[in-house]
Amino acid sequence: MSTVKKSARKSLIWLGALTAVLYTVLAIGVGTGSTTWAPGLGLDLAGGRQLILTPEVDNGVEITQTDLDQAVEIMRNRVDASGVAEAEISTQYPNIVVSLPGNPDQATIDLVRQSAQLQFRAVLVEGSATPTATEPVASPSAEASPAEVVAPSASAAPSPSPSASQASLSLFQEATDEPAPSPSLISAPVPSVDASAVPTDTTVPVTEPVPGETDPSSFDWITPEISAEYAQLNCLDPVNISGRDLGEADYGHVACGSTTPAKYIMGPVEMTGTDLSGASSGPHYTTAGTLDGTYQVNMEFTAEGGAKFAEITGRIAQLEAPRNQFAIMLDGAVLSAPRVQQSITGGSAQITGNFTQEEAAQLANQLKFGALPLTFTVQSDEQISATLGAEQLQSGLIAGAIGLVLVVIYSLFQYRALGLVTIGSLIIAGLISFAVISLLSWGIGYRLSLAGVAGLIVAIGITADSFIVYFERVRDELREGRSLHSAIDHAWKRARRTILASDAVSLLAAVVLYTFAVGGVRGFAFTLGLTTLVDILVVFLFTHPILVLLGRTKFFGDGHPMSGFDPKQLGRDTMYKGRGRVASPSAKSVSGSTGADGSPLTLAERKAAAAKAAQPAPADSADDGASDATDPASASAEGEK
Amino acid sequence: MAMNLAQWGNALHSGEKTYPIVQQRKRWFLISGILMVAAIVLLLVKGLTLGIDFEGGTQFQVSNASDPDPAIATEVIENAVPDEVPEVSILGTNDVLVQIGVIEQEQSQEITAELADAYDVSADEVGFTQIGPTWGAEVGKKAVQGLIIFLILVAAVISIYFRAWRMAAAAIGALAHDLLFTVGIYALVGFEVTPATVIGFLTILGYSLYDTVVVFDKVKENTTHLTEQNRYTYEELANLAVNQTLVRSINTSVVALLPVSAILFIGSFLLGAGTLKDISLALFVGMAVGTYSSIFVATPLEVSLRMREPRIKEHTAMVLKLRETGDVDVAHKADGSVVVGALTPGRHLGTQAQPRRKKK
Repeated sequence: MSTVKKSARKSLIWLGALTAVLYTVLAIGVGTGSTTWAPGLGLDLAGGRQLILTPEVDNGVEITQTDLDQAVEIMRNRVDASGVAEAEISTQYPNIVVSLPGNPDQATIDLVRQSAQLQFRAVLVEGSATPTATEPVASPSAEASPAEVVAPSASAAPSPSPSASQASLSLFQEATDEPAPSPSLISAPVPSVDASAVPTDTTVPVTEPVPGETDPSSFDWITPEISAEYAQLNCLDPVNISGRDLGEADYGHVACGSTTPAKYIMGPVEMTGTDLSGASSGPHYTTAGTLDGTYQVNMEFTAEGGAKFAEITGRIAQLEAPRNQFAIMLDGAVLSAPRVQQSITGGSAQITGNFTQEEAAQLANQLKFGALPLTFTVQSDEQISATLGAEQLQSGLIAGAIGLVLVVIYSLFQYRALGLVTIGSLIIAGLISFAVISLLSWGIGYRLSLAGVAGLIVAIGITADSFIVYFERVRDELREGRSLHSAIDHAWKRARRTILASDAVSLLAAVVLYTFAVGGVRGFAFTLGLTTLVDILVVFLFTHPILVLLGRTKFFGDGHPMSGFDPKQLGRDTMYKGRGRVASPSAKSVSGSTGADGSPLTLAERKAAAAKAAQPAPADSADDGASDATDPASASAEGEK
Repeated sequence: MAMNLAQWGNALHSGEKTYPIVQQRKRWFLISGILMVAAIVLLLVKGLTLGIDFEGGTQFQVSNASDPDPAIATEVIENAVPDEVPEVSILGTNDVLVQIGVIEQEQSQEITAELADAYDVSADEVGFTQIGPTWGAEVGKKAVQGLIIFLILVAAVISIYFRAWRMAAAAIGALAHDLLFTVGIYALVGFEVTPATVIGFLTILGYSLYDTVVVFDKVKENTTHLTEQNRYTYEELANLAVNQTLVRSINTSVVALLPVSAILFIGSFLLGAGTLKDISLALFVGMAVGTYSSIFVATPLEVSLRMREPRIKEHTAMVLKLRETGDVDVAHKADGSVVVGALTPGRHLGTQAQPRRKKK
């Protein structure tokens, strides 16, 4: 007996500990200023702009989740660079949901809607990331680091032997693409003065470049404007790394490296994403055919692209560094600027370098994405005024409070003191749900939307139902004549199954809704699923243990009229209290099948009566002789088996 | 009331009072059948009133306008997009809702500014929603996709839990009934269907099943030892389960409907429209229908289906035969019907009742 009590206490302590942990974590978050007590609000409550975009490809290629992630990455970079704070961009395949707080202007919206472009330009000048005002134009680390990088790749260079399964030629990833440059390298890049540095800072081109006529690798593209822009550009500022303008396709351009701290002056666009048919990554094999632990990126060109690429590589392979590099630009930033050693024909090429698997895969994904002729269709565009959102939230909370009060009144009315257990359980469920939502808002950026609030309010009813199922069950067991202890025990075993089964269905609904629905439906499904889980937790760790403990008090155990377990109300005069202590029950139940005092006859009584009535007859005919009029029965089937 | 409901519960539990819901199932099937046909006819003839989220279009909402005169909005729209005929309505006390067709994305920004100007509110007080024409189809497709997957999963879960596919079939039948009925009411009254309404419809699925599972659990419990006794038929025991869970069904429905009514009340009277009202209206209708179906449709349907199982068929025939010959120990009511009720246990009758040793 005391073990039951002990385990009940233990459950309550567990629940208390869990709640305490949730709130402690939240308090730490609030204390350190990284979150607030209240959960973050969704756009429809806080106000703001929400766009749902669907990327579309002209040539009917299937868009993959990777492409979507890439598109989101680019949008995020652009929006961050534009200085809009707290923008949220997420994917719900095949859609992209963009949430911008406040009332963003059309320019910001356009930032998001623009499609990204992949450009190939010849590199004219490469330099360290900082503005040249303080640091004179430094040429790339062509001397220092390349020594290391070129060496392995040099051995790979002869690979264009016909035996190579891919008839592709290697490009050598520029040295600056070497992973993880130390900070010192950024502030003081290995400056090796190069011929190319000369024209950049001072020399003004003698001739004006003519689009389509001037050699794309000519220094003529470095106009005074471009030169000035280059000098001022600070590529350590994240604003300049992403979301810069694409530049005019027919003229020279200045851009930053997206992964490496470098900046470039480049010639006009020579190839675009449409010339690329695919990209992949894989381990790099040396000439000897062994793996050297590095990875490479493979590019496949279209027929037209392959011809263009052969022409470019043939031209720039002859030039001095850094003009023997070409820059691959995605969305205005240079992804990679590999060095070319020879003309590459055959429609495919490999970029090698000290890539890790992730770096190679990322670059390949970016290239693949750049090759997609993506356009974005605006599916839904919503501007919610902050006033309206606040109004809705307030009304939602009022509705929730009214709903809660009504439920409380009804359960007190129905279950008397037991109603207090319902209220306690609802309060605990509320506290836990609130903490979890606040923590999720902090941890994974969950935002509570109006549909989510509706889900919470609906959950009040579903949570309360678990208690109703349980309490009704206890009452049924009491009606069958059990003592309160054993009624609670038996009822729990049965009710637990029912509660778990029905909650499982609820949870299933929530998960399916969350997985397949779009927009607001998800917010609703999320809170519905969450509260279902909280419901199970509360029923197991609070409602049941508290009922076990209360069952042991005099008030409930003796069936006080206000306790909700009043035996009179349940059709029995007293409850069985154990150890043979019972009073004479005189419940009325089945008319026509009752004994002299109006109570239903038990099996033993019926048998005795039958035996008496059938005195002259043989004793074993008790059941047969039980005529309906004289020998009423009221026992149920399953009890009799 | 509490007293009465509890005592009514006692009577239902013991079988003193029984509503022959399962026995009269033909009546309920007829009623539900007529309602279903009516719902389908309504859907086909009248159809649902779809919101702009499904049709595509643009909607502006001006909050806190000091002079919420629809004419102002009509004028603004006529100037900005002469081709469009705006539908202007007033929400609550001082909010204006303007609906027009699909317009250029950039135009919505301009109209927002003009509306703010015209109603003399700040631009932050004007919200808009612009939905592309293909989006609604997408939302609808997703909902249907989710529905089908949900039904398959639920059928599997219920079949495994109850170890009877007929129960799953009955539960899903009741579910279809609830959805069709609710959608039919929407078609009849002409409530607007928005994504929030769809949320409501989908929640009805969960709720309807939840309710049905509770009743079925009791049916299962009552009939676990069906073939080990010969007093009652499957039908009678299932009906007892429905009666025994009646109080719970009523309590649950009331408790579930109370918060929903609160949202509906606040949503319709204080806000006038929006997510809250749409969700709660669908839930209100659906939950009420769901309670009805878990009592009057799900279990009767389940019994009809399971009566076809050879094991149960045999058992029913045996019980009825025994009853005819009077070879079975069952109680009868005054009207001659068999009393089906819970066990009334024996109790200790004191030492007087104990057998005495015969004196030699």
